[in-house]
Amino acid sequence: MNPIASGRLERLREFARPDRVFDFMAPAQSPVDVRHGPILYLEDVSVSFDGFQAIHRLNLTIDDGELRCIIGPNGAGKTTMMDIITGKTRPDSGQVWFGSRHNLLTLDEPQIANLGIGRKFQKPTVFEALDVTENLELAMAGDRRIWKTLLARLDHEGQARIDEVLETTGLTAQRHRPAGVLSHGQKQWLEIGMLLMQRPRLLLVDEPVAGMTEPEMHRTADLLTRLAGQQSVVVVEHDMGFVRSIARRVTVLHQGSVLAEGSMDEVAGDPRVIEVYLGGDEETA
Amino acid sequence: MTASDHPQAIDRSRQLFLSRSTLLTSGMLIVGMVGVLVLNALPAASPLHVSSATVALLGKYFTYMLLALAVDLIWGYLGILSLGHGAFFALGGYAMGLYLNAQTSPLPGWQAVMSWFPVAALAIVLAPGLLALVFGWLAFRSRVTGVYFSIITQALTFALMLVFNRNEMGMGGSTGLTRFYELLGFRLASEGMTVALFIASGVAVLLAFWLCRAIVVSRLGRVSMATRDAEARVRFIGYRVDHVKLALFVVSAMIAGIAGALYVPQVGIINPSTFAPLFSIEIVVWVALGGRATLYGALLGALVVNYLKTVLTGAMPDAWLFILGGLFVLVTMALPQGIAGLLARRRGRQEASA
Repeated sequence: MNPIASGRLERLREFARPDRVFDFMAPAQSPVDVRHGPILYLEDVSVSFDGFQAIHRLNLTIDDGELRCIIGPNGAGKTTMMDIITGKTRPDSGQVWFGSRHNLLTLDEPQIANLGIGRKFQKPTVFEALDVTENLELAMAGDRRIWKTLLARLDHEGQARIDEVLETTGLTAQRHRPAGVLSHGQKQWLEIGMLLMQRPRLLLVDEPVAGMTEPEMHRTADLLTRLAGQQSVVVVEHDMGFVRSIARRVTVLHQGSVLAEGSMDEVAGDPRVIEVYLGGDEETA
Repeated sequence: MTASDHPQAIDRSRQLFLSRSTLLTSGMLIVGMVGVLVLNALPAASPLHVSSATVALLGKYFTYMLLALAVDLIWGYLGILSLGHGAFFALGGYAMGLYLNAQTSPLPGWQAVMSWFPVAALAIVLAPGLLALVFGWLAFRSRVTGVYFSIITQALTFALMLVFNRNEMGMGGSTGLTRFYELLGFRLASEGMTVALFIASGVAVLLAFWLCRAIVVSRLGRVSMATRDAEARVRFIGYRVDHVKLALFVVSAMIAGIAGALYVPQVGIINPSTFAPLFSIEIVVWVALGGRATLYGALLGALVVNYLKTVLTGAMPDAWLFILGGLFVLVTMALPQGIAGLLARRRGRQEASA
């Protein structure tokens, strides 16, 4: 059969899958279904940019409540993977599911965010013209429609939630300062705080300790470990010392696919990992 | 700098509708309006008498201020630089022009409905609103931003200029619509009408200022400022950036349409030159000069530049465009926050440098 016809047939099969209702009938904002285990499920995902294979047949499963660290050398596809999960980049092939109900490849960024996937960028991105409280307020879970946003008032419950997150992130004293004047570390925490306000089920955290001092790093580690359990957390990080301090399970990416997976010690002992990543100069901090 | 000495306190009034600047601006608008009316009522012999011609001129400035407000709402607070807002202004103006023409002789075809004021009033806001809705929907959904958006708004207003230049449009071709005699049954060329249009324009500025103020102090206003500064981040926390942009763009276009409708009876003509790209760029200069993202800066900028224009085009007509260009360069280089920024700095407030 020619490839176009088989592609069409594939789409038809996909459309009429017997094991679930038609996509257009499934409620878009239904809660995440994790009864079958994983909260995030990537299967055979591939994407290439102008011939460069950024992700190659990537398989990854994150369990509900898990704290997972993803490491890998530059260009291993870590950020691209996050782009795919959050809807910024569409893969060429493969499947991405959030719980067993939501096909993330059919949704765009705001829809995915509202389903409960929060993302922290590599470079801290906070709203510099707004103050710390306002940053948190905008991130607070709630109705995001125009009219509701126009009429929204910060109620006591919201204020209490903001206070709680300010406390957790240690930013209470900075609450009325513009986010633009915060230190690098404080911006990172504010961004993590904004993630918390979203009440996500899954947090994707890209290099949270890049450019941080040692004590700041400890605090961040503390913050992230406290989050796991209530939420699933995926941390992409370069700093091996930091990964060692928080990781229970580590996935090593290399050239767009999973090279090894296991505890930090297992992974660190894997000869292939040593070859591509840890070998040469070990990045222990 | 005092900024490092004190913990930098943010201007809390930003979330307050009745902030100092709102009260001050509203107060000055009202006092200015009443003052002009009182001085106009003085006997003509009095040295303080303000002539009706001046009142008409000020009424025209009010419509420009309204237009500047519309541009500041989306440029200052949302980062959308529209170089085609003259198009929305002109559409509102043409809607009013058709209504005014219909008062003297019945209009042909579909235009006949415009003789009825409620329909015309609806068209004044809906024509620009719908254009903004369709245009904005296409542009924002495709994530056209920055300079690319500015360029296509220029193309939009230029295309409309060409269309309205054609006689087949039934909009008077290159002459446009003119020969207006009556508005709502009253003679246009009367002192009472001049005063009434002046008041209507002033009230429109005040109401639009309050509307814009209410929007920018709301959570939606903070979402738009966040969009201006870090659009991708806003999307990842779950706001539909395209919807936010579309909503404010449409509101802005409607305000521009109302401005155009108030402008036309006061100057007595509307023609395709209002669609000219240059006019739209001029509006942006008003806002830049006055100061972006303050609202009152836009009002101030429109007033100052247009007053200068009136004075200077009389004194040295050939120099005006050079002066306008020079002003823009000067503001960009020396006063990036405009006059409003200068005022804020003089008050020793931090918002200018923040």
